[in-house]
Amino acid sequence: MWILKLIQDILSVPAILVGVVSFVGLVVQKKSFSEVISGSIKTILGFLILVAGAVTLIGSLNALGPMLETGFGIKGVVPNNEAIVAIAQKTLGKETALIMVFGFIVNILLALLTPFKFIWLTGHHSFYMAALISATLGTAGLSGIGLVIVGAIILGLMQVLMPAWIHPYMKKVTGSDEIALGHFGTLGYYVSGTIGKLVGNPEDSTENISFPRSLGFLRESIVATGITMIIVFLIASIAAGPSFVESKLSGGQNFLVYAIVQALTFAAGVGVVIYGVRMIISEIIPAFKGISDKIVPEAKPALDCPVTFPYAPNAVIIGFIFSFLGGILSMLIMPLFKLPVIIPGLVPHFFVGGTAGVIGNATGGKKGAILGSFVNGIIISFGAALLLPALGTLGFENTTFGDSDFQWLGILISLVAKLFK
Amino acid sequence: MGGKRLKIVAVCGMGLGSSLILKMNIEKVIKDLNLEADVSTTDISTAKAVIGDADVVITSPELAQQIGDVKAKVVTIKNFVNFNEMKEALEKTLKG
Repeated sequence: MWILKLIQDILSVPAILVGVVSFVGLVVQKKSFSEVISGSIKTILGFLILVAGAVTLIGSLNALGPMLETGFGIKGVVPNNEAIVAIAQKTLGKETALIMVFGFIVNILLALLTPFKFIWLTGHHSFYMAALISATLGTAGLSGIGLVIVGAIILGLMQVLMPAWIHPYMKKVTGSDEIALGHFGTLGYYVSGTIGKLVGNPEDSTENISFPRSLGFLRESIVATGITMIIVFLIASIAAGPSFVESKLSGGQNFLVYAIVQALTFAAGVGVVIYGVRMIISEIIPAFKGISDKIVPEAKPALDCPVTFPYAPNAVIIGFIFSFLGGILSMLIMPLFKLPVIIPGLVPHFFVGGTAGVIGNATGGKKGAILGSFVNGIIISFGAALLLPALGTLGFENTTFGDSDFQWLGILISLVAKLFK
Repeated sequence: MGGKRLKIVAVCGMGLGSSLILKMNIEKVIKDLNLEADVSTTDISTAKAVIGDADVVITSPELAQQIGDVKAKVVTIKNFVNFNEMKEALEKTLKG
């Protein structure tokens, strides 16, 4: 039956698959004809743009690996969610798309049938989590429909359980019960909040300090990524030495010029990937929200971590600085544990560290924000290193997931898989 | 601004989370006001390039500083998820 084969072929192209999902979502929302067509096409384009970004990223990472190995004799890894997810899409695109869609359905069912009334609206994290789950379940030996079903259940559970876990602390941050936190850095946030409760006093808030706001550029994630990568590439290229870089990698171009261009090429790749992700989720998430509003109107939306920032802007800066220091400390001690060296990136430490700071501040004031985010920085560094083996072949790409829940879940899946083998 | 289809851009750090929530709420307000608008989302790094021909830009006070002077009307709101704050600010701008 050539027609069945045709349908099968169409649906096994991940880009078309996400396009079909958004088509259905737009039709269900009763959007106009032109909105349906433009929305579906944009989703497909978004996926193709994301894959194009991955190619750029890989080129630059392939230059970094040999420099670090020659210069320091170590395997160095820079965690970046966009990079690892985009690379994963080249082999696991179909599985990721299906897990994301069915994961949303599991999320709605859990919100309807259990006391965990949360609807996850952080679309890019659903997408990244779906990619992590496909990679780790695949490495564990699952494939096909089994992988999608197990993956969707895990994703749906994560999307209600993580907001539920952090919700007692989130209520302290917002002073209300209306919104939940939907960001897969929950382990670090919970530890930060608990440390804050033990060591500090919420009255002694970070918001009593007057602070310069000059670190605003860190919210520009591609600028922050560019700065991180320039520093990393310059150090690596100097350690590897001009003769190695110019003879093996740059084709004669000055090694420092080459390092800076490669560093910014990585940031450009991240920018392209984010653009693609935005095009995918900005059609799919409103559809998901529209459907869940009808089925579980009383559920609370679980939202991306910057929703916490306005409640304690100083704690964001303090959280970033101390999380990053935790990352630097981890980098220095990792060789002692014979682990791959995780190079701290500004982006995960800003968003996840900043949020850990806000939550630590809500339970334990200045002390809570400082100590909580510092420990968060250590967690996301060691988590990144321990996750690498669980990613299988993806673990060799010089990049990995930067936020704690991706890390512990990936490690857990690989441990459980070992029990069954 | 009656009659014309508006172009509104929601800006946040990555252009992925907060701005998408804003977009969904903005669309609700636009519908309530019986207006027509194309609402898009973007990140702070590319904002200046994207908002060239926009009528309204909605973002936080911190990010508005980074965007600087633009032709579009810039609406700042403190709390991205507070529907009423956004609604009041947007209505004021559209009518003003």
